[in-house]
Amino acid sequence: MNITLDINGKATTASIEPRLTLLDFLRDVAGLKGTHAGCEHGVCGACTVLLDGDAVRSCLVLAAQAEGSHITTIEAVDGADRQPGELSIIQDAFCETHGLQCGYCTPGMVLAAKTLLQHTPAPSREDVREAISGNICRCTGYVQIVDAIMLAAERLQGRNQPADGA
Amino acid sequence: MSDQKYKFLSQPRRVVEDRRFVVGKGRYIADYDHADMAHVALLACHLPAATIDDIDTSAALAMPGVIDVVTGAELAAAIGPLMNGLDTPNVRRYPLAVGQVRYAGEWVCAVIAESRAVAEDAAEKIRLQTTALPFVLDSEQALQEDSPPVHPDHQSNVLLDKQFVWGSVDDDFAKADHQLSFSVVWGRNSTVPIETFGVVAEWNVWEQILDIRASVQMPKYADQIARALGLAGNQVRVHYDIDVGGSYGVKRGIKHAVLTGYLARKLHRPVRLIEDRLENMRAGDAHGPERKFDISVAFDQDGTVRSMKMRALDNAGAYAGRAPFQLGKPIGAIVGPYRIGSVAYQAISVTTNKAVQEAVRGFGQAPTNYAIETAIDRVAAYLQMDRLALRQHNLIRADEFPYLIPSGSTYDSGDYHQVIDKVLAAAEYPKLVARCAELRNSGMMAGIGIAACLEPSGGNSSFEPLLNENNQTTTWMESCQINIDALGTVIARIHTTSSGQGHETLVSTVIGEVLEIEPDSIRVTRPNSLESLPGNSPVGSRMAIMLGGAAARAAEKLKHKIITIAAHQLQCDAATLRYQGGTTYAADGRSFSWDDVVELAHRQIHGLPDGMDPGLASFDIMQVPTGGALPKDDKVQMYPCYSFEFHLVLVAFDPVIGKPEIHAYTIGHDCGTVINPAIVSGMTYGGIAHGIGAALLEEFAYDESGQLMTQSFLDYLMPSSHEVPDIQLVKHCTPSPHTVFGQKGSGESGYLGAPAAISSAINHAVSGMDIHFTSLPIRMSVISDAIANANRSDK
Repeated sequence: MNITLDINGKATTASIEPRLTLLDFLRDVAGLKGTHAGCEHGVCGACTVLLDGDAVRSCLVLAAQAEGSHITTIEAVDGADRQPGELSIIQDAFCETHGLQCGYCTPGMVLAAKTLLQHTPAPSREDVREAISGNICRCTGYVQIVDAIMLAAERLQGRNQPADGA
Repeated sequence: MSDQKYKFLSQPRRVVEDRRFVVGKGRYIADYDHADMAHVALLACHLPAATIDDIDTSAALAMPGVIDVVTGAELAAAIGPLMNGLDTPNVRRYPLAVGQVRYAGEWVCAVIAESRAVAEDAAEKIRLQTTALPFVLDSEQALQEDSPPVHPDHQSNVLLDKQFVWGSVDDDFAKADHQLSFSVVWGRNSTVPIETFGVVAEWNVWEQILDIRASVQMPKYADQIARALGLAGNQVRVHYDIDVGGSYGVKRGIKHAVLTGYLARKLHRPVRLIEDRLENMRAGDAHGPERKFDISVAFDQDGTVRSMKMRALDNAGAYAGRAPFQLGKPIGAIVGPYRIGSVAYQAISVTTNKAVQEAVRGFGQAPTNYAIETAIDRVAAYLQMDRLALRQHNLIRADEFPYLIPSGSTYDSGDYHQVIDKVLAAAEYPKLVARCAELRNSGMMAGIGIAACLEPSGGNSSFEPLLNENNQTTTWMESCQINIDALGTVIARIHTTSSGQGHETLVSTVIGEVLEIEPDSIRVTRPNSLESLPGNSPVGSRMAIMLGGAAARAAEKLKHKIITIAAHQLQCDAATLRYQGGTTYAADGRSFSWDDVVELAHRQIHGLPDGMDPGLASFDIMQVPTGGALPKDDKVQMYPCYSFEFHLVLVAFDPVIGKPEIHAYTIGHDCGTVINPAIVSGMTYGGIAHGIGAALLEEFAYDESGQLMTQSFLDYLMPSSHEVPDIQLVKHCTPSPHTVFGQKGSGESGYLGAPAAISSAINHAVSGMDIHFTSLPIRMSVISDAIANANRSDK
């Protein structure tokens, strides 16, 4: 079957088998390797992408199901207002607290964090834990990930405040 | 650290690797594309033991897109068996089952097709005829003479049975006031990285080179592949620039690489094998230790623990590999942090019809620490002594280092009592005790868990000769190369893949410290195995010590050359010069800059001292500090460095539901000089999370028919952000005298004591009920059932 998906604001058309998952479409057809396969049965969250702004597991969505939706992957998260080589506030916060090690679950974590902070700009640590509870990380014990998201929230809120002395 | 002894070391610095990972630009194996790629899927047998009578591949081969189907018989005729660590020549392992299946899920055929999906479809068309054989799952049963041998040619299931007696054990037991015995079981779990194992093999027939890209963490990987495939060492090129999506010890991937290497040579196609989760869980050679301990301890009325007898029986699964050596590492810390004067240790490893055990974080130390700490808690309960006071009484004191333990290792340094004092203060121990009481008053079961343990680090692989006298390994070196180019920038080369340890940051920080230049200006590269110096990959908590050590030593050699050139130009004795920030200063104020040295070394040999080579390059192949000797009288120095950790936790659960919740977690951690604080704290938190999994959730559980029941993430439960609490980390630094900066290892921290601490807490919670939880994981169903049974029998 032929489908056209809106991925990161760009239309990608391909002839696919109906059984192809959105995850495999993103990686193998669209060539976007930042979305990672972990369990491929919807538990680990490594394949998290945004579907019309909400975090979903791309291994549990068929590519054909995603037609007509806006899909955002790690390659374009907060991409509109960034220069090449410039990190988003959330990504920068993950670097600041070292909220990762091997990096494999990290794109999913960043997208889960983005979804949270869109809905809850001033989360508690418990809110953050709830938001990332569907994303398994085997490296970090989550502590520095929670630190990262709390820091990002603080910085995102601060972004609209006047600078000191202004 | 705030004393600013170092400019870059121990300072808060970002991890350079993180930038590519947060934007999804890691270079993982599944991201490696090739236009001509062929894909592998595996056919597994569902029986735990069976002869393979016939394999009909015709229907599979007839499918469009199928390239080939390969069986174990074909492989066995063409390649050598995979390497064994022990002298067990009749325990042969090939990538696919040969003649006989030895565990449920073992790979029988590899299907190669134009896509993974087609390969999977074709695997379903293969007709496999088998005859079921008797099988054995339990390690004690596997020891029995009438047990079905997993490898009939080996004639027994015993891979290793070695008895050590260090010191006057019988005498100490006879003289002690008391003794007690108990058994505990460490369940079969693993680190289960979110990325499965993957490998791509390409055979370049014109150059006669096999290129291997893999998500691997395996010492001497290229050598092992070459041996199995009958290639010269310089015909295998393992690429170290692949980012590994988590490993924590298990990603050994030798059978996968040998299989795909064979296929790539046969088919003249790049061949890719990326495990799916099912292949990974039941046949990825990635299960961890499954160990039963029988322990006796002899102790006096005042709490002094005199001696210990430990029998450790490990269930290695169906093949040998390096797994039995995981009984060897704990010999280097067999008394934990305690002054136990003598030890008898029996290490037994048996084959069973379960999946293959491989190395897991800590290499067997976490199970042993759990056994030792349980012993200390039992002694305290027996004597009705405070568990903390008993530990403090038996711990090695700071003034006793270096401290020789009965099994032949000398602990380098530590201040265990001070770390514990700091933890008690930080955790506000009296308040923690009060919280525990409050929880109990509110109807909850609550307990405080305590664990003190060591992380042996930087090892020499001395357990190899200790457990196998024909194996004379006495070095486990690591290397680093540095080049300062003609523009004056620094390039360092390391010779390993990384799976999140931040080796690029480690090396650039260390070199920056020595050369006094900004670490982020240093480029760290990872060439392939043909362009590399000897190394042993990030195993055994060794890279801060060994890679950090090699990088520092290589940088010192360069600094020496820089100063020598400057001395020649300034016409001074080098000893009178001062090197600072890349510039060399004479006592009279004259100086010779970094750029001046670079210019001379790269372009003007006439300005160099006579006989000096041009260029600014150095390398170091570092031997393990304290290492090098073969065992004598069953004793050997195992590890140069010993990190210490002390865990204090408060756990509570509802007596009916039995779901343990961690209300407070404090860890004191002393790994000597820290190179990057965020890396060390991250590893420690992650190790604790993994330890929580091992203590409460994670197990590769088999049913009576030999089927793995936990083969998806729906059944094999791992801690989420709900199960891992915020953790209070209390830092302490006792430098090691054996390393360049005083650093010790921390790659296994947290994991080595967390399971013991959580078990301690849960057992403390039920201490009034005559219940002992003696097997990990302690699932909520086990807790609630035990309490229900105890309440029933009370009535």
